[in-house]
Amino acid sequence: MIRFESASKTYPDGTVAVDALDLVAPSGQITVLVGPSGCGKTTSLRMINRMIDATGGRILLDDQDVAKVEPAQLRRGIGYVIQHAGLFPHRTIIDNIASVPLMLGTSKKEARAGAMDLLDRVGLDQKFARRYPAQLSGGQQQRVGVARALAADPPVMLMDEPFSAVDPVVREQLQDEFLRLQSDLGKTIVFVTHDIDEAIKLGDQVAVLRVGGHLAQMATPAELLSNPVDDFVANFVGRDRGYRALGFEAVGQLPLEPEPTVSLESSFAEASKVATDGWVLVLDAGRHPQGWLAIADGPSAGSDSIDRGRLRRGGTVASVDGTYRAVLDAALSSPTGRGVVVGHDGTFAGTLNATQVVALIESRAGAAS
Amino acid sequence: MATGGAGEMIGQVFSWLTDSAHWRDTPLDTGITTQLLAHIKFSLIAVGIAGAIALPLGLFIGHTRRATFLVAGANALRSLPSVGLLVLLTVMIAPHFHGRTDVGFVIPTEIVLVLLAIPPILSNTYAGVDNVSPAVTDAARGMGMRGRQILFGVELPCSLPLIFSGIRSATLQVIATATIASFVPLGGLGRFIYDGLQQQDYPQMIGGGVLVAALALTADMLLALIQRLVVSRGISGRFSKSGGAAADAVDAAITRAEVAPV
Amino acid sequence: MSLLHAVFATADSPSSASSSPWHFFGYFLDHRSQDLSWLWTHTWLSVVPVIVGLLIALPLGWLSRRYGWLYPPMVSITGLLYTIPSIALFVLVPPLLGLSSLDPLQVPIALTVYSVALLVRVVADGLASVPEEVNQAATAIGYGRARRLFAVELPVAVPVIAAGLRVATVSNVSMVAIAGTIGMSNLGQLFQIGKDLSTPTAYYPPIVLGIVLCVLLALVLDALIILATRLMTPWRRAVPAK
Repeated sequence: MIRFESASKTYPDGTVAVDALDLVAPSGQITVLVGPSGCGKTTSLRMINRMIDATGGRILLDDQDVAKVEPAQLRRGIGYVIQHAGLFPHRTIIDNIASVPLMLGTSKKEARAGAMDLLDRVGLDQKFARRYPAQLSGGQQQRVGVARALAADPPVMLMDEPFSAVDPVVREQLQDEFLRLQSDLGKTIVFVTHDIDEAIKLGDQVAVLRVGGHLAQMATPAELLSNPVDDFVANFVGRDRGYRALGFEAVGQLPLEPEPTVSLESSFAEASKVATDGWVLVLDAGRHPQGWLAIADGPSAGSDSIDRGRLRRGGTVASVDGTYRAVLDAALSSPTGRGVVVGHDGTFAGTLNATQVVALIESRAGAAS
Repeated sequence: MATGGAGEMIGQVFSWLTDSAHWRDTPLDTGITTQLLAHIKFSLIAVGIAGAIALPLGLFIGHTRRATFLVAGANALRSLPSVGLLVLLTVMIAPHFHGRTDVGFVIPTEIVLVLLAIPPILSNTYAGVDNVSPAVTDAARGMGMRGRQILFGVELPCSLPLIFSGIRSATLQVIATATIASFVPLGGLGRFIYDGLQQQDYPQMIGGGVLVAALALTADMLLALIQRLVVSRGISGRFSKSGGAAADAVDAAITRAEVAPV
Repeated sequence: MSLLHAVFATADSPSSASSSPWHFFGYFLDHRSQDLSWLWTHTWLSVVPVIVGLLIALPLGWLSRRYGWLYPPMVSITGLLYTIPSIALFVLVPPLLGLSSLDPLQVPIALTVYSVALLVRVVADGLASVPEEVNQAATAIGYGRARRLFAVELPVAVPVIAAGLRVATVSNVSMVAIAGTIGMSNLGQLFQIGKDLSTPTAYYPPIVLGIVLCVLLALVLDALIILATRLMTPWRRAVPAK
């Protein structure tokens, strides 16, 4: 656990970067510090491993005041990942990852073996081991950066905008894999970002800081979206927050409607027969939804079978224990207006239309008030 | 002058260089071998002393970002005319040494050579450490490396291309200027240039020029070879594929330092 | 203060034979016309090769930027030329070009070779320093290749090229003085004279005068290039908007 006790940072010229910050980052969880530039989020992060020394208050790492630990010693026990990875250009990937264990006295052989395992863990092929950082893409370098921070198996990780410098597609990939990794490792993580969507996606709890280093709100992502404490947080969290908040609440019991379905192997004539409003849902042999068939599109050319190429596959599919947002999205993205819901095994369970989902949302609001 | 004259001259220079008698010492004349060794000795001493001063100083200034005025100060030395400085120091120092020793000429020569060699080594070493990506040093500090470990484990290896380029340009300058040492007068390959001039023995004069140029090229190639062996491939960018960008970046960095304002 | 005092005291003193280093100003006054003529030769020997070198380096640098495969050989060859010591190049130029030994053109030709060697790379790197989006914007608004080069690329590359010109000019001043030791008439002659007059006891004035004039010349030429660069790049002095 990391605890800020009215920790402050004032520079000699009088600039206050962090102002009496009180904050707890619980063990085994991801705490995200988010805010506009100049809000002191990076300064706060760097005060934990004493890259910057606090000028007031104190920071406790598992009840030990970090100011009382020698900085280099302190840092060796804390993983540290930064925006541009900061890999050592003159060392191979494997030796980059092995840096901290080697410094801590692990034998070269052991350190390299551990580094090889980590390469796997962060989703990099072992063929990268002998390469140099300059031979890797930005996203790959960032994976190595994470592996290097994990190498000595520190209980605490500090991550400063680690995914900001890569393109959005790779960023999303890295975020997903990071969450998967964290579900295995259960590290205590403090994560800094300026991107509120990233904060909401990754954080177990999110601390919104305002310029001048004041904590505006500390809450779970869902709480932040539904109950921003003031205009600053509301503005920062941004538009669509009502809709995005629906992404954090499972619906529970879904009043699913039955839906006529046909299998891929069925004849077109059969499909036209069961179709209710000109549409029919097509499943594969394992009862997994494949897409909607419009009867108006006709059969495949020169036969009476279903033309797979003409199936409308655009709609999203929600799970029976999905969130309001997932179910609503399934309904809204379906060409028929009926959202497809599947069971835990991915087999078709039933449909639900937008009106029904909205009714669910409204009844939930009514129940809460 | 006709090109025939030039061809003839080149032939004469060639025969001067290939005449084994010119390579041996005689009671009257010092041969090429001895002068070549003397030239190498002066140059090695100067580059050695300059390196011993400028390398640690450059590393210190780059690492601590303190006393950067020293770099600018050393660069100001570059506008001093080397030959003028050499003559000045010689007439100041030489009279204090008597007898058959040439110490009175060696000391001023070495002072000038060291003064010439310090600015490129110092400014390139400083620029090398200063150019190390802040993300890299930040990561090094963040993982718990101490100042010394960062300097020798990260900053020094990363700045080697620039440091080598500094040492190489210092070496070239020293070899070139050691030639002028013969003007004051001291041994070395410059002897043939100035004696040839004096005696209007142009094949000897031009032959001396060829020897100096050959020595400079050889020294530079030798240093380039050492650089290849010492600098990590991750920095020099010499890997099988997709390494172009890194190599370009290093080249660009080197150019920047060479073009540093004098 | 004491230095200035010494300079003017000796300058005013009638004993023009003083061997004190501070007497260089008096020495200058005594040999004014000779010294000024050497200074003049020295100046044009330092400047003209850089200008000629730039005129040669511009197309070569542009070519090696335009055709990427030309860059490595161009840089290697010019780098090789730069390793040849100046005094060696001075004596090698006449036989290679069929000039007589001690031809007045040998020094400017050798210095031009150095300037080209340094500036080809500088021009190529200067053009490479122009941001790609700037080039694309120029093309997008309809600039042809030549117009883009002269109206956009070269102006933007001026700071890099100017830095190269400064290095070339200042090192030329020193190299011209070296040519003085093999009989060329320029400020380097002052060192020859000083050396010859220094037996048996040191005679400093011409030596110190030579150093002072060389340093002053280097500083003035350097300042002129800085000034010209500033005039040519007004946008670099603009204060960034907050």
